[in-house]
Amino acid sequence: MDTQALAIESPASERRLPGDLAIWFFICAELLAFCVFFAAYAFTRAKHVELFNAEQLALDRNAGALNTILLLTASYFVVRAVQAAEAGLRDKVAPWLAAGFLCGSGFVAVKLVEYADKLGAGITLSTSPFYMFYLSLTFFHFMHVLLGLVILAVLWFQARRGNYGPDNGTAMNNLHSGASYWHMVDLVWIILFPLVYVLR
Amino acid sequence: MQYKSQAVATPYFIAAIGLFVGQIIFGLIMGLQYVIGDFLFPMIPFNVARMVHTNLLIVWLLFGFMGAAYYMIPEESETELFSPKLALAMFWIFLVAGALTIVGYLAVPYATLAELTGNDLLETMGREFLEQPLITKVGIVIVALAFLFNISMTVLKGRKTSISLVMLLGLWGLAVFFLFSFYNPTNLVLDKFFWWWTVHLWVEGVWELILGAMLAFVLIKVTGVDREVIEKWLYVIITLTLVTGIIGTGHHYFWIGTPEYWQWWGSVFSALEPIPFFAMTVFAFNMVNRRRREHPNKAATLWALGTGVMAFLGAGVWGFLHTLAPVNYYTHGTQITAAHGHMAFYGAYVMVNLTMISYAMPILRGRAANSNKSQVLEMWSFWLMTISIVFITLFLTAAGILQVWLQRVSETPLSFMATQDKISLFYWMREWTGVVFLIGLILYIASFFVKGEDKAAA
Repeated sequence: MDTQALAIESPASERRLPGDLAIWFFICAELLAFCVFFAAYAFTRAKHVELFNAEQLALDRNAGALNTILLLTASYFVVRAVQAAEAGLRDKVAPWLAAGFLCGSGFVAVKLVEYADKLGAGITLSTSPFYMFYLSLTFFHFMHVLLGLVILAVLWFQARRGNYGPDNGTAMNNLHSGASYWHMVDLVWIILFPLVYVLR
Repeated sequence: MQYKSQAVATPYFIAAIGLFVGQIIFGLIMGLQYVIGDFLFPMIPFNVARMVHTNLLIVWLLFGFMGAAYYMIPEESETELFSPKLALAMFWIFLVAGALTIVGYLAVPYATLAELTGNDLLETMGREFLEQPLITKVGIVIVALAFLFNISMTVLKGRKTSISLVMLLGLWGLAVFFLFSFYNPTNLVLDKFFWWWTVHLWVEGVWELILGAMLAFVLIKVTGVDREVIEKWLYVIITLTLVTGIIGTGHHYFWIGTPEYWQWWGSVFSALEPIPFFAMTVFAFNMVNRRRREHPNKAATLWALGTGVMAFLGAGVWGFLHTLAPVNYYTHGTQITAAHGHMAFYGAYVMVNLTMISYAMPILRGRAANSNKSQVLEMWSFWLMTISIVFITLFLTAAGILQVWLQRVSETPLSFMATQDKISLFYWMREWTGVVFLIGLILYIASFFVKGEDKAAA
């Protein structure tokens, strides 16, 4: 909401939410959606432990690990972009965002290969409870990565115009909001990957 | 009134309220038929009364939405309506078509009506809520397209605001999803599957966008809070609505022959559908608390706050009650559904229309707000109707729980009709509460005719 007014009133040392309150409302709702899905996964797994363990082995953990690295690296680059903007290094913001975008795109590519493999093997949402969750959870997350990439692209476009700097409060608010969303996508994957691919 | 052409909203609002009265009367007739089965038989059979009750609701809400759009869009776009004449012509076409349809329902048996109106050319009739004859359905499409053309052209030639954009998105979505009412595959699973694309994606999708835009418009006017703040909330609310509501369609796909994963998808996403409604409640109260002006129209503010609360309770809480597949396994199609339906429709769509009418009608009649006396009467009607609907919902919920228990959970389940006999006490209480609702509605209409000192001209 009125974050700028808030920032002026409160002392600089006080911690506050980066970005807009609205985006945090949205992020919390998204996290809640994933939490419900994770809980549903846990309950269903408890009923079919053997099946889940067996089918989990068929997943490509290397691809999952590679994707984890790609997302974490993307988040690191986004952090560097925000830091550059805060430090007033306007020409550094866009390249960092572009690097983040590339890593995110790498995630999408790896994920598509995985999907092609599974669909090619005739696996669908109705194959088994495990694959229902595998496909639903990862696809729901996949859609969030795509939205995150759109957001990063918009930020990159703005950054190329040199919009992000410590003197431009509204623009920084947008940058922080977009970066927060991207980190949410990352955070969800960090829980999703071990839960679905690794934990037994 | 800032733009002359906003005046075309007046007949739409009046027709909406007129049809609302009809809806309630048929609701009372049907409510009585629940306990006195042959009441008015064979003149008005139960299925006809039900069809008239639900169809009138939909039509009057559509009149309300169109009136609201004709009022809001010129003011938002800061320009006169593209064609007020087209708007008035569409009003009469829609009203006459709607009236003829209702007369058709009441005058001839439904099968005869289907024959007379060319249902054999393209079979679309006979499905709940989409019972309209083919010609009425085509008429609705024509009216909707002319209306959308008029509104879209107005937005295109004027200022483009977020509220206009969300309103347009909602109205276009309404028209597009109505097209599925023409698609009637012979496979019963597919029929039901796409039937929900009209029914669910209307009330739990695009109508919520219309609701959000209307509420945001009135809140800007009565609170004077910055447009940027209100628009930001509007975007968050509609995003949450679409994220939860679209896949939330799955909560209708539990038992119709669709794959099992819908039980998960439907349960998870629809369980989150209360969130946008909760955001709406917080939004309405937050904006009113941060108001920068004291608008003389207190009644409109009350309706706006009421919409926030009742939409959350009716659509959010009562929807959540039976949306999870394991719960719905028992409650599907019982009076619990009816309880949710009544409070959700009233809390969300009836109240937002009355909010808009309450705000706009005094201005359309040349004053900022009605006299104090008139507003007091309107507030009485607010409380009578709202409290009545709360009790109707509670009685139906009680009836529903009992029904589920006696008919579905019990070791020695009773038949449907035997169960209905057991719960008739709740139907009686619901009927009497319905009478109080009608009294509230009559007071509401009376408030338009109460004289007294007008507040400053608008």
